[in-house]
Amino acid sequence: MEDLQRLYQTIVLDHGKKPRNVGRIDNPDREALANNRLCGDRFTLSLALDGDIISNAMIDGEGCAISTASASLMTELVKGKSLETAARLFKAFDAMMQDKAVENHGIEAEMEQLEALGGVRDFPNRVKCATLAWHGLDAALQGHEDEITTE
Amino acid sequence: MNQITQPAAFDIDAIRADFPALSQQVHGKPLAYLDSGASAQKPLQVINAMQSAMMETYSNVHRGVHYLSQKSTELYEEARKKTQNLLNAASDNEIVFTKNTTEAINLVAHSYGSFLNEGDEVIISEMEHHANIVPWQMLRDRKGIVLRIAPVTDDGELDMAAYENLLNRNTKLVAITHTSNVLGTITPMARIIELAHQAGAKVLVDGSQAVVHMAVDVQALDADFYVFTGHKLYGPTGIGVLYGKEDLLNSMPPFLGGGDMIKSVSFDHTEYADAPSRFEAGTPMIVEAVGLGAAIDYVQAIGFDAIEAHEKDLRNYCHQRLLSVPGLKIIGTAANKAAVVSFVVDGAHPHDLGTILDRSGVAVRAGHHCAEPLMHRMGVNATARASFGLYNTRAEIDQLVKAVEFAKDMLG
Repeated sequence: MEDLQRLYQTIVLDHGKKPRNVGRIDNPDREALANNRLCGDRFTLSLALDGDIISNAMIDGEGCAISTASASLMTELVKGKSLETAARLFKAFDAMMQDKAVENHGIEAEMEQLEALGGVRDFPNRVKCATLAWHGLDAALQGHEDEITTE
Repeated sequence: MNQITQPAAFDIDAIRADFPALSQQVHGKPLAYLDSGASAQKPLQVINAMQSAMMETYSNVHRGVHYLSQKSTELYEEARKKTQNLLNAASDNEIVFTKNTTEAINLVAHSYGSFLNEGDEVIISEMEHHANIVPWQMLRDRKGIVLRIAPVTDDGELDMAAYENLLNRNTKLVAITHTSNVLGTITPMARIIELAHQAGAKVLVDGSQAVVHMAVDVQALDADFYVFTGHKLYGPTGIGVLYGKEDLLNSMPPFLGGGDMIKSVSFDHTEYADAPSRFEAGTPMIVEAVGLGAAIDYVQAIGFDAIEAHEKDLRNYCHQRLLSVPGLKIIGTAANKAAVVSFVVDGAHPHDLGTILDRSGVAVRAGHHCAEPLMHRMGVNATARASFGLYNTRAEIDQLVKAVEFAKDMLG
């Protein structure tokens, strides 16, 4: 049961049940819809920019505990970051979830926080839940209009 | 090869011993396989029959003059007769082997669908599996038929008054499930068919779940088409069945073209064979058909009376035990339902439930079960589903409930 306890550790359950930054930004500078249709996990991510700094990030939607926690943690970590740093955070988290080498220079503190989701690696069929909102972030950063999915 | 042993009349331990997959541990816990609705485990009798078909009697069917070919053909056609017997069809010419239920429905949508024209109506229900929705949507896109949806009540019953209201002289086909794979609802199929026939419409019955849990008599139902799949009936994947009334099948154009479905071929003119051959192009699923035949023998040796009684007890016990969990709601509370139990738990998303249950050795399915419109109707995004087979036990239900309670605690 250790791997289950690691997956559903306190931070994950907390963010899963009480996600932060819930809602939509009026007139967002970037927006993306991340939708795993087969699953039922669905989040709209909206970003407000101040120059090239993300001044606000919100998520609106619903999903399982893993996808919700991941989306919530993501909004907390990207607020106040530059677009470039946010993009690097996405790449690093995505690599971490796939158990690949992580390039975390300058974002060590944030990646340490995201270790809370590290347990997902033991549950391959839940990786798509953890990465959903992050792929939404990637789409938003790149200005992609279409709905994205991690299924 | 070993003698194929007869299974004992309902002796649950003997039955479980017939299914090798059931005795394994998963994540260090005994497996409680509660996902038979998605696909059932296979008994040794089926495995051995298929192995024998490959080791001893294998050859291509229908065209050979040598011993193995005759033997193989005999076994293949015997499987067809066994299927005829299972459904109480009037003739084995009415049994067409397909890959699965989905292919069988697509066959009807293409072949029988070729008779339908713009404005003709097809009725399906809100509780259908995508396999009995999408082919009709594709027919609508091809030919402009109108798709009408018979609604489902909050309990998960087919709204018979609303269904009756939908029937009119433009209705050409009704395609409805005999047992819902999500709700477990057993629909009043004889009455559905009676009303459809009064309106001049034919009926296709999706029996994928139904044939597993109860005896089906297509003549008593007066079904025009009846479809099911082997892998849910303790048989192999890769074999499904389309039953169709003989005259009806013989009136229909073929679906796939190739060898075996013809009487003669020249570049000027090809003449098609009669049913069932007309709808069985190419080398068939020889070994799989033998496996299906063995699966039919297996369930019939136990008998549906015994199977129904056992599963009814499981269904009732499952309902009773699950309802003792605070915040748990069962989705699908029809008065007449099979041992298929979908549920949701407050504060526990089906995926999280499913993952935690898995770690406790309990295999359930979580998601929309290929029935998105039904999920929407029942006001949920997804459910967890425990679906029972003849080899399940009350102890496994206890294991399920314990795991659900554990999951609730963990997810807090």
